Amino acid sequence: MAVENNIANLRGEADALISRDQPTGAALRLAKLWRAESSPASAAFVVSRFEKLRGRISLVPFRLAILRSFTVEPAVPLLRAAAFSTGIDLSVHVGDFNAFAQEILDPESSLYRFAPNTVILAVQTADIAPDLWRDYADMPGEAVTQAMQRVSNSMSQWMSAFRERTQATLIVHNLEQPIRPALGILDCQIETGLPDAVQRINQDIRRAANKFRGVYVLDYDGLIARHGRIRWHDDRKWLTARLPIAADQLIHISREWSRFLAPLSGKTAKALVVDLDNTLWGGIIGEDGMTGIKLGAEYPGAGYQALQRAMLDLARKGMLLAICSKNNPDDAMEVLEKHPGMLLRPKNFAAMRISWNDKVQGLREIASELNIGMDSLAFLDDNPFEREQVRAQLPEVAVIDLPEDPLQYAATLRDEPVFERLSLSAEDQQRTTFYSEQRERAHAEQTFQSKEDFYRFLEQEAEIAPVVPATLARVAQLTQKTNQFNVTTRRYGEQQIAELAAQPGSRVLSIRVRDRFGDHGLVGVSITRDQDEACEIGTFLLSCRVIGRTVETALLAHLADSAARRGCKQLTGWFLPTKKNAPAREFYQQHGFELAKQNGDGSLWSLDLAQRKIASPEWIKVSMTDGGNE
Amino acid sequence: MTSSVLEQVRSIASDLFGIPADQIDAASSPETIESWDSIQHLNLVLALEEKFNLQLSPEEIEQMKHIGDIAKLVEGKLQAAPR
Repeated sequence: MAVENNIANLRGEADALISRDQPTGAALRLAKLWRAESSPASAAFVVSRFEKLRGRISLVPFRLAILRSFTVEPAVPLLRAAAFSTGIDLSVHVGDFNAFAQEILDPESSLYRFAPNTVILAVQTADIAPDLWRDYADMPGEAVTQAMQRVSNSMSQWMSAFRERTQATLIVHNLEQPIRPALGILDCQIETGLPDAVQRINQDIRRAANKFRGVYVLDYDGLIARHGRIRWHDDRKWLTARLPIAADQLIHISREWSRFLAPLSGKTAKALVVDLDNTLWGGIIGEDGMTGIKLGAEYPGAGYQALQRAMLDLARKGMLLAICSKNNPDDAMEVLEKHPGMLLRPKNFAAMRISWNDKVQGLREIASELNIGMDSLAFLDDNPFEREQVRAQLPEVAVIDLPEDPLQYAATLRDEPVFERLSLSAEDQQRTTFYSEQRERAHAEQTFQSKEDFYRFLEQEAEIAPVVPATLARVAQLTQKTNQFNVTTRRYGEQQIAELAAQPGSRVLSIRVRDRFGDHGLVGVSITRDQDEACEIGTFLLSCRVIGRTVETALLAHLADSAARRGCKQLTGWFLPTKKNAPAREFYQQHGFELAKQNGDGSLWSLDLAQRKIASPEWIKVSMTDGGNE
Repeated sequence: MTSSVLEQVRSIASDLFGIPADQIDAASSPETIESWDSIQHLNLVLALEEKFNLQLSPEEIEQMKHIGDIAKLVEGKLQAAPR
């Protein structure tokens, strides 16, 4: 009853805050309500209240179409409630039953008229391969092979048609295994068994998806297996309402969809900040000491070790790790450096705040040290009080609730959508190294008299290259993730970048930077377009890793020089201000551009190429290559 | 504070159909509530199954004509299978 009262209170508070015009507080209550009770009734309530908050809180609009062979409608409010709670205003279009092929193939279909950002293709084995599903025991081996090929070919054709007609992202459900194979235990003994056939189709689906940009696979079979095939299905609902999924499992499909929406809508974390006592290990180091804390391969220390393993896996995907703990630094460092049960060591952390200061302050300092926005932080702490403090004072931070049971910690982290990535670049895998090199650079900077001396000491080399297939993913990722040094903050998918690069008069360049401390990787992008004797800069951005060392001047000088050589008279570019791109505000002005136009969206700047040149900084060795710079 | 099954059913229906609970009584039905269409009927069934941890058969779903019926049905099933 305590829980029910709590839910009723949260609902009352949310409504009261909405009517008192306190939208931020209302949104916090609604998100909390959704976390406390993710039921169909709560979903309807949460969605209807967030709809009232539209325009009063910051929400990212996102359009999702679901093409399907079965009833998905009851999962949609669950998905929208989850999306709203993380700041995404999701519009959903559901296609007609089994009309997915027509909708993909017909360029005039309601699918394309809806103009989705992302499309989910949710087709079950029973519907796309009814022969395999129903009549398998009756089919000769050759017919099984033909049926498999038919399914794989159709999937591949649909992906290809989809890619020709839209730049939207496509997420394809793979096929599920039957609950009970037709031949019983015999099915697993023979080569043309049904489990084998479904597996091979799924391999084909993945290979086909890899051939197209912006096409991804959702492991529907894995999802069902994780929750249990028998519990997942409800035959009565399937036979009466075309809904194959049991009422209490619907939440799981909506959560799996959410894991894709997080990276697709930019709602992802770049750094995970963790507490220490009772989070990375059991107990309190200041009281229990090195031998008293729980941490190791056995119960109960194993739960904490499993969490550390999950964090290492996140680091391998490019997530930065940081510590924010109220502790004596010496006690904590002794565990980090010497405890035999620790999987994480000091070198795994890009920043540490171990003191008695409050955590809100600690998180602010960590964001500033790592040079990322507060909305790029995720925070993990076993203490509900600390979590609520952070939620209330830093609503941009993704605060992760830990369950009571430490054995569930790792699963909680692995299920969290803000850590999802759809692709990995070489940069992602080396990120922690970049940051430790950064610390050495910062140290070096302090010892020089002038900035120029420091720049010379850095021995920077920049390599500018047109985008090529190997660099597409990183270039698209930079347009999606860069918030600070970004003049227009235009976001592009891989497919859109490829199309921009192929347009006549249009150029997509990337810049890679190295210095004496190491390789920064691919850190900047420019997209320009020549029109009527002017070259317009549509995108100019730089990763925060290399802000403030004149790399931007080198790239801009290259743009001006090459535009002049092509016969352009002017180099122009818009600056569109956002909450975050102040570091780029003076960019055009500082390089001699003149204000040409100003409106409510921003300002247009122009450089007369006949009159002015931009000098490339003498301390950066710039080279131009044709073959990409991955 | 234990609310009756009828109250809980009214509250769920209020959320799903987007109308205040005090405008829903035992006699409310798809005829009197405009937003109560077939998809919402399915949503109501799923919400009840999830909330009360029970399964409704196609025959039972067929009999769910108004809120009073539904509350009685749920109550009967809860008593038949005490937890």
